[in-house]
Amino acid sequence: MRLQKATVFALYAVLELAADPERQLTAVEIADKYGISAHHLAKVLRDLGRAGMVDAVRGVGGGYRFAGNPKRLTLMDVIRIFEDIGADAAEPLPRAADPDIAEGLRFVLDELRGQAVATLRSISLSTMLKLVGRRPWVAGEPATPARRPARLAG
Amino acid sequence: MANAQRSERNHPDRIRPATEADLPGVIALDEEVTGLLKPSYWRDMFERYGARPGESRFFLVAGAGHRIDGFIIGEVRAWEFGSPPCGWIFAVQVRAQQRVRGLGTRLFEAVCDGFRAAGVDRVRTMLARDNTVIHAFFRSQGMIAGPFIQLEMHLD
Repeated sequence: MRLQKATVFALYAVLELAADPERQLTAVEIADKYGISAHHLAKVLRDLGRAGMVDAVRGVGGGYRFAGNPKRLTLMDVIRIFEDIGADAAEPLPRAADPDIAEGLRFVLDELRGQAVATLRSISLSTMLKLVGRRPWVAGEPATPARRPARLAG
Repeated sequence: MANAQRSERNHPDRIRPATEADLPGVIALDEEVTGLLKPSYWRDMFERYGARPGESRFFLVAGAGHRIDGFIIGEVRAWEFGSPPCGWIFAVQVRAQQRVRGLGTRLFEAVCDGFRAAGVDRVRTMLARDNTVIHAFFRSQGMIAGPFIQLEMHLD
């Protein structure tokens, strides 16, 4: 799955701001951290503001602040502001001479998209930030803290 | 651990192994959540996971008195398609009014403690793709996609 540039910028910005909802950052500060275009990010932040996910703080020392519930907002909520990758979106395929083959390919591609959509809907911003903190991609698996087993009551 | 302590303050229901007296509460909670009454299924589940609790089978409930607010069921399974022993969770329910207060997390942590005590270091589950609530719950506990794929077909 390839997300549009604006969508990825939006995810960077929302996750950066949601990591500390009290903090406000300018578009330039976020863009510098991620090495992306501040001009493009500013447009993305305006869209996020219209969607109610960030608040614009005006004046000297202004910037953007997260405005939402990070346990409720999901990655899919952010993505759908910028593009339609929903389960109902038909997989675009070029016109084919053999419609059965084309339908078969669409069926398989829809299966892939269905998995992706379910995953993006299930991961809240809060869960995503916890995932980033655990860095499971380093070990190739989730790092679970070792805990002493507790005795069950009863 | 801090999460578990915070969850316990928010929701003081005791987590304990299920007894036969809990079955009506479990059946009622499942019907409330799923809209389906299936007493024989839950009696069978209790026979297999509750009545003969070993160190590898867990049927845990949370509730005060005969009111069951949540339950979780799991067991240690081994060598299915080459998988070394691991914990499997195959049922979890929390009463709708009691959600987002940490009870599901406490049930999850309790069954994971049981799995650890049984000597396994991995836990798996399977759920309906469109069940966003449960999917988000397991994700919030730290679960990610595993190395197995679920497949099925119609039997004509």
